[in-house]
Amino acid sequence: MPSDQLPDRRPAERMRELLPAIEPERQLNDWGRSERVEGAMDRTLVEFFYRYWFRAEVEGIENVPAEGGALLVSNHSGALPPDAAMIAKAIREEHPSPRQLYLTVEHFFKGYPGFSMLIPKIGGVAAHPANVHRLLYDERQLVLVFPEGRKGTEKLYKDRYRLRRFGRGGFVEAAIRAEAKLVPVCVVGAEEAAPIFAHVNLMRRLTGLIYFPITPTFPWLGPLGMLGYLPAKFKLRFLEPIDTIELGGPPAVDDKALVQTVAQEVRARIQENLHQMVARRKSVWFG
Amino acid sequence: MVRLIAVPSRRILVTGLSTYWGARLAQALEGFEQIETIIGVDANEPTRELERTEFVKVSNKHSLLQRIVRAAEIDTVIDTRLVVNSLTASPRDAHENNVIGTMNILAACTGADSPVRKFVFKSSANYYGSEQDDPAFFTERMRRPHPPPSMIERDIVEAEEAVTDFADKRPEVTVTVLRCAHVLGPDVDTNFTRMFGLPLVPMVFGFDPRLQFVHEDDIVHALEHATLSSIPGVYNVAGDGVLALSEVIGLLGKRPLPVLPPMGAATVLAPLRRLGLRIPDEILNLLRFGRGVDNRLYKATGFDYGYTSREGVLDLGEHIRLEPVLRGHEQRYRYEREVEEFLRWSPHVRRERPEDEGVTDREPLGI
Repeated sequence: MPSDQLPDRRPAERMRELLPAIEPERQLNDWGRSERVEGAMDRTLVEFFYRYWFRAEVEGIENVPAEGGALLVSNHSGALPPDAAMIAKAIREEHPSPRQLYLTVEHFFKGYPGFSMLIPKIGGVAAHPANVHRLLYDERQLVLVFPEGRKGTEKLYKDRYRLRRFGRGGFVEAAIRAEAKLVPVCVVGAEEAAPIFAHVNLMRRLTGLIYFPITPTFPWLGPLGMLGYLPAKFKLRFLEPIDTIELGGPPAVDDKALVQTVAQEVRARIQENLHQMVARRKSVWFG
Repeated sequence: MVRLIAVPSRRILVTGLSTYWGARLAQALEGFEQIETIIGVDANEPTRELERTEFVKVSNKHSLLQRIVRAAEIDTVIDTRLVVNSLTASPRDAHENNVIGTMNILAACTGADSPVRKFVFKSSANYYGSEQDDPAFFTERMRRPHPPPSMIERDIVEAEEAVTDFADKRPEVTVTVLRCAHVLGPDVDTNFTRMFGLPLVPMVFGFDPRLQFVHEDDIVHALEHATLSSIPGVYNVAGDGVLALSEVIGLLGKRPLPVLPPMGAATVLAPLRRLGLRIPDEILNLLRFGRGVDNRLYKATGFDYGYTSREGVLDLGEHIRLEPVLRGHEQRYRYEREVEEFLRWSPHVRRERPEDEGVTDREPLGI
């Protein structure tokens, strides 16, 4: 990560005070997040999926800090992944002090018509190190990352619940630099809700999408088939947070061995908990 | 924190006096008693009325500029000429002005015995460009991730490089670079004010970019702040708040027209260009990806904005609605050299001493 891509380190409190004040007349914030669009989605689609379709069950919500920046790290799956929306909803519904969650997405979405309009409105932010830093450090928000990235969402049904590589540990560096807590999250159910059986390379190229999957409903039902989730039972488990200040704070970023160790540990904990959750699950559909 | 070295600015040279910014800044600086001399240079005659600023009609030739700088013992040069709108000048003229012109002005400030101690350069946030993989907020330390696609952006980057180079070689000169976001306001004429003046505002289909604006008065104050304080470095100048284009259109009470194709817009626009609808290249990417900048660094030097992005848009909206009523009634100022010289130099003109009737009671900003 080139150093000129990151903001200056200046007296943090002073710089936080200088952040633009919230203008109450506005419906959008500076990231392009829209209360109106997000609220409408939350009350309809997300509510329906969370409560009735996936019947989400949440464990360990107290591990999400009530204040301060925190980076949530989760496993990722599904053609049009439902996991992010369910994690965000869980924090809104179950947490004693509900907070909004920002979701990091690939730069690809900013360049694709339609997605480019919608994604920022519902809390998506391009996964640029400077964006993550501003959210965690300056604005002290909750940010969700999927270190597996596209490798997670495009994996086939036969590889379910097997975590891909966790990038190069960039998420650990981001959290350490921003003095934010790392909260590992496990999601069970998303793999069965939106299984991918195959990929069609030719169609991917024609549509310019990042992948073109074959799922039970896509492409058979058109673009809406992307939302054709099967009613698998969702279970979310928030694991105990890792305090990056205890790891040595921002200077620890340069310790590549430490960064890799923490990344491995987070991955191992998520994998272990996933195995446990899958093993205890009696039915994919009823939990 | 920012290094503050007190460099008093008493004798000021404003370049581009006949451009909007040069004239507005000179008018603003005239109000400060501690400024002894304001000299404005430009190749064209001023278009706004000035009280005590002296106008020298001169091209960007560095030998002439250097003579003026030395003769008048200029301690502060404020360079406001940068052309950032490719529709206002041909690519060749823009290049001549932005790159060659900047080099000449810098050359006029160099030399072992140069009296210049402060150089303020008005740049543009177009320096950062607008691409798919940009951060949501550019900070001053970031460089544009991709080479500039349009001529005008290349010129801006090149001009800034020349200024940075000058700053490195002349550590005794306080060099301030202000990267201004898109300007809005009732007076200024930019691509965006024109676009927002249309009954239907064109959008790229499927995109709703985030855009950040700054009010024209805030730019004048920002230049003034840089002149009166001593703040070396590069700063973003942009109002608080990044708005979505759809939000801007709503605030203006207009309707969106999402007709521009998301890909290959340049090809589609070529025939439209013949019909008179010209959308400059540097705007095309902005209409897809937008741009936001982090404006905190300049605020940390003690600068306060008068308008947020949203308030700037509302102010423009009021002007757009009022404009048809006022059109054709405003008096345009014309520069009459003899009259201006008479007013400044004739012994018959009665001049009040500044302390009798203070030129203004404004306090200098900063420090």
